[in-house]
Amino acid sequence: MRLQYPTNIKVIQLPCSGRVDILHLLRAFEDGLDGVYVAGCMEGDCHFLTGNLKARRKVEYVKKVLESLGLEPERIEMYNMSSAEGPRFAQVANEFYQRIQELGPSPVPKAQAA
Amino acid sequence: MVVGAGIAGVQASLDLANAGYYVYLVEKTSAIGGRMAQLDKTFPTNDCAMCIVSPKLVECGRHLNIEIITNAEVQSLEGEPGNFTAKVHQKPRYVDDDACTACGDCIEVCPVDVPNEFNQGLNTCKAINKRYAQAYPNSFAITKLDRAPCKINCPANLNVQGYMQMAKVGKFDESLKIIMDDLPLPGVIGRICPHPCEESCRRLEVEEAIAIRDTKRFVADQAGVENIAQPEVEPRGEKVAIVGAGPAGLSAAYHLARAGVKSVIYEALPVAGGALAVGVPAYRLSQEVIDREVAVIKGMGVEIKLNTPIGDEITFADLRRDFDAVFLGVGAPQSFNLGVPGEDGDNVVSALDYLKSVNLGQEVPTAKQVAVIGGGNVAIDAARTAIRKGATKVTMIMLENEEECPASSWEVEEALEEGVEIIHRKGVESVTASSVFLKDCVQVFDEQGRFAPAYDDACELVEIPCELVITAIGQKTDLGFLGPDAGLELTPRGTIASDPVTMATNLEGVYAGGDVVTGPWIAIGAVAAGREAAFSMLRQFEGQDLAQGRRKLEMKPPEEQEYNPVPDDIFVLPRARMEQRAPDERIKDFDQFELGLTAEQVMAEGARCLNCGVCCECLQCVEACKAKAPAHDQQPQDLELKVGSVVMAPGFDPFDPSLFDTYSYASHPNVVTAMEFERVLSASGPYQGHLQRPSDGREPQKIAWLQCVGSRDINHCDNGYCSAVCCMYAIKEAVIAKEHASEPLDTAIFFMDMRTYGKDFEKYYDRAREEHGVRFVRSRIHTIDPVEGDRLRIQYVTEDGEPVEEFFDMVVLSIGLQTGPEAIALAQRLGVELTEHNFADTSSFTPVGTSRPGVYACGCLAGPKDIPQAVMEASAVASASSIGLAEVRGTLTREVQYPVEKDVSGQEPRIGVFVCNCGINIGGVVDVPGVRDYAATLPYVTFVDENLFTCSQDTQAKIKQAIIDNDLNRVIVASCSPRTHEPLFQETIREAGLNKYLFEMANIRDQDSWVHQKEPEKATAKAKDLVRMAVAKAALIEPLHQVDLSLTKSAVVVGGGVAGMNAALSLAEAGYPVHLVEKTDTLGGNANQLLATWKGEPVAPYLEELIARVRGHKDITLYLNSELVDATGFVGNFVSTIKGDDGTETVIEHGVVVMATGGHETRPSEYLYGEHDAVSTALELDAELRGNPEAPKKWDAVAFIQCVGSREPERPYCSRLCCTHSVESAIKIKETNPEAQVFILYRDIRTYGVREDLYKKARELGVLFIRYEVDQKPQVAVDGDQLTIIAKDHVLGREVSFTVDRLVLAAAIEPNNVTTLAEAFKTPLNAEGFFLEAHMKLRPVDFASEGLYLAGLAHFPKPLDEAIAQADAAVGRAMTVLAKNVIRVGGVVATVNPDKCSVCLTCVRTCPYNVPKIVDGKAVIEVASCYGCGACAAECPGKAITLQHFTDAQILAKERAAVN
Repeated sequence: MRLQYPTNIKVIQLPCSGRVDILHLLRAFEDGLDGVYVAGCMEGDCHFLTGNLKARRKVEYVKKVLESLGLEPERIEMYNMSSAEGPRFAQVANEFYQRIQELGPSPVPKAQAA
Repeated sequence: MVVGAGIAGVQASLDLANAGYYVYLVEKTSAIGGRMAQLDKTFPTNDCAMCIVSPKLVECGRHLNIEIITNAEVQSLEGEPGNFTAKVHQKPRYVDDDACTACGDCIEVCPVDVPNEFNQGLNTCKAINKRYAQAYPNSFAITKLDRAPCKINCPANLNVQGYMQMAKVGKFDESLKIIMDDLPLPGVIGRICPHPCEESCRRLEVEEAIAIRDTKRFVADQAGVENIAQPEVEPRGEKVAIVGAGPAGLSAAYHLARAGVKSVIYEALPVAGGALAVGVPAYRLSQEVIDREVAVIKGMGVEIKLNTPIGDEITFADLRRDFDAVFLGVGAPQSFNLGVPGEDGDNVVSALDYLKSVNLGQEVPTAKQVAVIGGGNVAIDAARTAIRKGATKVTMIMLENEEECPASSWEVEEALEEGVEIIHRKGVESVTASSVFLKDCVQVFDEQGRFAPAYDDACELVEIPCELVITAIGQKTDLGFLGPDAGLELTPRGTIASDPVTMATNLEGVYAGGDVVTGPWIAIGAVAAGREAAFSMLRQFEGQDLAQGRRKLEMKPPEEQEYNPVPDDIFVLPRARMEQRAPDERIKDFDQFELGLTAEQVMAEGARCLNCGVCCECLQCVEACKAKAPAHDQQPQDLELKVGSVVMAPGFDPFDPSLFDTYSYASHPNVVTAMEFERVLSASGPYQGHLQRPSDGREPQKIAWLQCVGSRDINHCDNGYCSAVCCMYAIKEAVIAKEHASEPLDTAIFFMDMRTYGKDFEKYYDRAREEHGVRFVRSRIHTIDPVEGDRLRIQYVTEDGEPVEEFFDMVVLSIGLQTGPEAIALAQRLGVELTEHNFADTSSFTPVGTSRPGVYACGCLAGPKDIPQAVMEASAVASASSIGLAEVRGTLTREVQYPVEKDVSGQEPRIGVFVCNCGINIGGVVDVPGVRDYAATLPYVTFVDENLFTCSQDTQAKIKQAIIDNDLNRVIVASCSPRTHEPLFQETIREAGLNKYLFEMANIRDQDSWVHQKEPEKATAKAKDLVRMAVAKAALIEPLHQVDLSLTKSAVVVGGGVAGMNAALSLAEAGYPVHLVEKTDTLGGNANQLLATWKGEPVAPYLEELIARVRGHKDITLYLNSELVDATGFVGNFVSTIKGDDGTETVIEHGVVVMATGGHETRPSEYLYGEHDAVSTALELDAELRGNPEAPKKWDAVAFIQCVGSREPERPYCSRLCCTHSVESAIKIKETNPEAQVFILYRDIRTYGVREDLYKKARELGVLFIRYEVDQKPQVAVDGDQLTIIAKDHVLGREVSFTVDRLVLAAAIEPNNVTTLAEAFKTPLNAEGFFLEAHMKLRPVDFASEGLYLAGLAHFPKPLDEAIAQADAAVGRAMTVLAKNVIRVGGVVATVNPDKCSVCLTCVRTCPYNVPKIVDGKAVIEVASCYGCGACAAECPGKAITLQHFTDAQILAKERAAVN
């Protein structure tokens, strides 16, 4: 389908959205990324039964952490989509990009290369 | 051999291959996946069908021991079970699938749009296509049908479809190039050809033929023949002499020049072109047009000697001596004589001479009054020329009447416009200086159709005054130049005898073609002859046989023709016409009178082309493909396969509702089939998942589903059976459609009986009705009326008798399933008998066996069924078809040998980065060399390279060499998706001695160049980012080692009912020891009480034999009165404890477990059960009838009440088998005692599938069916020995009451209590206590944990045949484990660092598979059981757990690298 979305969205592959760790999510902001979202299978449709539900829980938790740190919780989100939903993938990418555009750059300074 | 690669065929192949057999999977389309791949979501889990099926397709596709043969059909099957020979015919895919990288560049250039069959014709796809995005083989295929009729009918077989398609898309250069591959004179032929192609154009079926000739003229003028690049060839040494510079000679010279052969053309006339130059008037074809094209031929090195006749100075013998070959293309330049008095006069001239003189600018006699004798095109040319030369009255005189007139109709028309008069049916009697005298012609052709004019000599002569008579009554050859001793064989007609295919004459090295061979014919025929002669000469020079493999294209008889169908809804579009100069203007000069088409007209004409052959062979794909994958010359193949058994899984065809006129399906776009609606809903479908009406793309607000279209119907079709799946898919579609809709969507399902009879089906029905608000209307609809606004009216009567009229935006027809004609033909070829419904004739006791031993059937060929049942049968077939083949297991399978792995531990990373251009897919957007150079600057990167296609065979070799030469220990490929390509590259690095986990991919295509096409600079920057991220991770990746564990090749089967016994027997017969554990003291379970199967087979004899076989089998150890109380271990290595009721415990080691613990009929608590002797359950009735078959003779009336305890809040499921069972019992009673009244009180009759036949039979026998609502249950009262039943009859609309002798309750089926067993193996149960399978659709007999399988009533209520099939399926699955010699574990799994573990049990709670256990005070994750999802690693608060290959360090490094 080759649906276009902004270039500054980069994907990190995990075996299951359940693999995502709160630490990964927080470190992303520490490293200076402006927004993070987790894309998992449709709810009830996880290849590993419940990984996407766990991911959502962690995302919700990190939202609260961000809020307590004075960062906008909208900078992180959980999305569910099936692997056959190319249009939805592009739509989410565009939506999230818009959202981050509106929020502006994260106030956390970018980490220096190790 | 498995035939049919739908989900059933794929599953059967996988199970057989994993059980140690080599499998040929024969599929008729270009990709595996079948119908399931076309579905949107699956019922009842709402899984995305593609998401769940595609991993199976990938596994099947990559399986080393499954050979997929696509585009293929089995022709015949000879031999015996264990030793069959199958003949398979494979059609070409016209794409080399090893070379194809599926990049899709070809579809960008393919001009041919055809209905997309995968999308049910709702949109179009290209002639070169991949069936669907996830298709395997992951390669394109070209659809080619018969050659288009226009091409066949063209004497030169020009690729008309090809150049029309190029014209359609405005690629006029390419269009002309296609023409000039065959024809050097496109501008000439494009002006004068009488275009026989257009006579055969299938567009004539719609309105008018495509303007093919005029298109040719346009592209020749527009693109310019001189601009078309000719092939660069090495000059050859041979020389050819050509006599005659007409179309034949020019064509021969051209094609010789294209092959590097030099030729010299000898032409007697002062101009080139032959008859084209001197026989065709300039207003039709000017010398400039000829010269322009001749110039191209000359430019290719052809020498044309004008004014050089052969005969006196240069003789034919000289040519034969001085040249390697001679071609004679001298035409037929002599005129026939009239043979009447006066024709020698000065006022009589032949048309050929007249036209030649005019064209050469010579003097011609002028006259005011001219008579032209003849009715052909030459006569017309002469007449029109005479007008232009100043004649005021030109009369054409012909023998033929208007219909017989040999001249082209449009030329006659144009001549009439210019003032020519035509006299028909007259012949010339005599000519004088001032007149011709005409006589009546009474016959032109004789009875055989030969030219044989006859005249009425007694008639009155007609005088036509004229000063000039031009004769055009035929031409003949003039071969005087050959001399008397040439030795050339001639025909009786005086033409040269040459071979119609090779153009060879009787003289070696002498060829002839064109009018000199055929007599006067059309120029394109001469062009063809010249070309063929050239090809023959080339063969002569190469010493090859002239004729071998060459034949003329011939039109097949209409019934055999395979052409792209003319769409029903095609628009009528008038043919484009050239502008012509006005007649009174054009007769003033010899300038062109037709002004040519415009570019817009030509493109529109191309768009009218029906693409008869689908692929138009324009070869644009060949040019676009960087991998050179298209292979248009592939030939069909006939394979002979030696196989031990055959599995038929050809699947079903959706019923075609076109024949229901009253449904307006064929005529209204908004009436769609359910299959079409699946594609409408699918995100990968024609509308990208947007819910919209086909007519106008607007979102519908009301949709209706009509059930049983093509099912349960013997009025419109012969499908009397129930299709078993439509109720479910209709509910699912209604629910999903509501989810897709942006506005509230009204959905109504019109049905007769709602048949949600499967596991969790009833709950879905309940939710659809109660939560989603899907309306269910019990009414069979007979008519759909289209009304204004593309809406559809449905009229029906409610259950209360109220007539209702509703309007819908769309109507979905819930079409049934049927065995398609191809599958029927296949069954015939394979000698497999089908039932009257065209399903495989199977027995309940061997549910997947067919009438032919060694041939098995699964999926919908064995009756309409849903996916789980089909998958179950597929696994069953894997077990059944391997019986008798146990000895050869593993003998034909292949394994790959890899070199010993290099030890890279402790080495500093040395990373190689390979960046892929993917043809132009990446390189066209991303600066690939820039990315490569950037990669070289990153830490640890020691080698970089770029490739055109990194996945091609030669690049694999390059990568391996680079690994060795540069001592690389990590490899990164920056290309496409790891989903499709990671295993390939992992294999490559393994072949170079690296552990496969030392590999990382950067997806710079799907995630970059494709989705950022319009931002090349940013895309390049992102590609660098992605490579940097990959490098960051690669520096941290480690080799992972999989460990081989041994396994115990034996099984435990729990439950000694029919399912358990069948499982035990099949396993034992496959050679594996079995421990069969039965709780009671008897074998047989419920079957001990059953009378007969639904097909009528008595159960008792079968059961007796089965028990005897189980008891007698040496490999089955029987444990009666025993329970399995404890188990440890994992797949391949279980240790279980079996406890007898005497307290003895036996500990056994085994590899797998089959749970067949069964279920039981419940004891009803209503309808006086247990209180009155006349009330019994279904099984009790069976037992009674078994004991006393004559009992019904004493009964005057019997009633059955259905759904007793089922479909109620406490048991919200249908017990599946009771409707069939009650109907079957009712029939039994009626057959024993036809006088007895039998009532069945039901909620929905669920005689699913072919069981519907029983329902029909029961009604025919007079069984009365009375429907009741769950809130208005029947009342039962005691009436002495009898019972009185009161129920509300919905048909009559009032209460009925009747007295019966017996009341039979269809009591619900419950699972047996399996708490202990479920705990021992940690297997989940559903809310009703049935075992919960790993996946409802695709793993119906597996548990989530490996090595555990289930069968029979423990899974869900089911009849005997399904229980047996499921038992076989469990065995099929179990054998995939038992057939292994080792169990390979490890890789991407979680590991625990015991030093960090604080035994918080988080992992134990987190793991969805109950894998982590606490052993010796620390968490332990058994490698063999871990699924590698990483949930535990993410949750472990102490970070004691690591998921290999996705460690925190690796993920964080990637994250950090994303920033800079």
